[in-house]
Amino acid sequence: MSYKITEEGNISTVFLDGEIDMDVTEKAKEVILPLVEAGKEVHLNLKDVSYMDSSGISVLIESHQKALENNTKVVVKEVSKSVLKVIMMAKLEQILNLE
Amino acid sequence: MDLSESKDFLVHTASLKEVRIFSREVFEKLKINNDLKEELVLAIAEAAQNIVKHAYKGVENTADHMQIKISLKDDNLEIGFFDKGKPVVEENIQHRKLDDIKPGGLGTFFIKQIMDDAVFKKDQQKWVNHLILSKKI
Repeated sequence: MSYKITEEGNISTVFLDGEIDMDVTEKAKEVILPLVEAGKEVHLNLKDVSYMDSSGISVLIESHQKALENNTKVVVKEVSKSVLKVIMMAKLEQILNLE
Repeated sequence: MDLSESKDFLVHTASLKEVRIFSREVFEKLKINNDLKEELVLAIAEAAQNIVKHAYKGVENTADHMQIKISLKDDNLEIGFFDKGKPVVEENIQHRKLDDIKPGGLGTFFIKQIMDDAVFKKDQQKWVNHLILSKKI
């Protein structure tokens, strides 16, 4: 997994790339959670994420919940078809902010 | 087309990518369509992750290997997982309730959604745990 972050005002956009599994979840959390804890609105762009397992889904849930605690939000954007399928299997499409 | 292939993997999170590569290669040989292939790869990766996460909980840098065997015979797909970790207590295996939104607890749920059956066998001398996932395809 690799990533790139862009900043615009209070919005941080994290572009994730590759496959997100248990091996990279700590790295993903280290990238996303500090932004959320700093009160940023975080946009996760997943267009280049080709695979995500339950560990990756846990990162999305944890980020979403941490954002609520910090009175901000995480928006999940441009989800690839394969990742959307996993999100829907977990019945999270109504919980996560998908765009 | 009937086929049976197996491969050993070091019990480590870094092996999960290799597990997916192996699984995709086998399913491509079997000409399984892409959507089903990716579902099956997810189920296999979740089961392998459970070995690393649960059977080897608290064990770091083990030299142990797990084995994954994918077999297709008469449209019955069978995927075997063999490991030498802590014995699985089947009663303790449960996924979280879907409306209890929290990180974790979804891997087993995904496996149950994708596969027809998941059975632990106690038929091995060499291994401690033997899980078989099956699906009619």
